[in-house]
Amino acid sequence: MSRQSNRTTDSKKMNSELFTLTYGALVTQLCKDYENDEEVNKQLDKMGYNIGVRLIEDFLARSSIGRCQDFRETADVIAKVAFKMYLGITPSVTNWSPGGDEFSLILENNPLADFVELPDNHSALIYSNLLCGVLRGALEMVNSTLIFPVLKKT
Amino acid sequence: MADESLFEFLHMEIVSHIFNEQQSSKGEMDNKERAACISLLEAMGFRVGQGLIERLTRDTPSFKDELDIMKFICKDFWTKVFRRQVDNLRTNHQGTYVLQDNKFSLLTQFSGGKQYLDQAPKYLAFSCGVVRGALSNLGLESVVTAEVSIMPSCKFQVVIQKL
Repeated sequence: MSRQSNRTTDSKKMNSELFTLTYGALVTQLCKDYENDEEVNKQLDKMGYNIGVRLIEDFLARSSIGRCQDFRETADVIAKVAFKMYLGITPSVTNWSPGGDEFSLILENNPLADFVELPDNHSALIYSNLLCGVLRGALEMVNSTLIFPVLKKT
Repeated sequence: MADESLFEFLHMEIVSHIFNEQQSSKGEMDNKERAACISLLEAMGFRVGQGLIERLTRDTPSFKDELDIMKFICKDFWTKVFRRQVDNLRTNHQGTYVLQDNKFSLLTQFSGGKQYLDQAPKYLAFSCGVVRGALSNLGLESVVTAEVSIMPSCKFQVVIQKL
């Protein structure tokens, strides 16, 4: 896969719009296809998972990040490197559980939901559920099994 | 700020989702069902194209004529969406345009040659829709089809519908 190295910020922004709009079209389509929101959430998670298992290779190849020593480091890498690289944002890592095996990523502004306004009758829809799937898929490939990201709306 | 590979992954996933959905419900797919999938993808692209062009033309002066619009699509629009310019634009000056991209971004993951040529249409339907949606919002109703003779180059044929 060849990639152009000198991309301008402008075309980067446009590409993000392409991504956001495409994601919107997908969610719209899924809402038409399935009757209830839970099913849509499930599909988004599944698709995210499929993306995650492939995205992790792309990520490792580009970031040249080595093995993480502990889960805290993993969390930092996800927030500061992965999110930065792909979505251009840096979520904050908080809410560590006492056992150090659970944390929250808080996204201040979510690029996936840039142009989105959800109608009232889709209250159970978790619009960005794809992200959960991506995280689950990606982390599973680097041997952090039993990870179940849950997305909460704020 | 999404990285372009995200879009590529998402696009692959959308294509496979749409096709799996049809397949699982009815077993083997016939041509009609395949066409239904293609048009579904095309419709999704149409909506995306409409949104994109609106944001892209916000600060551009209005266009002189049809050819001017097509040039804009080939240069600015293509660069923003598919990350390179169209290599060759041909027209018969009667509303038919052929846009040739010698290294189309959504086909670069395929191995070259002729092995996967029959898979190409489903990976191009979305892009056709994007182009058609963009043209539609610029006031040109069109039919956009894509044709691949050798990967990863691709020819888009745009036929403007005269009202």
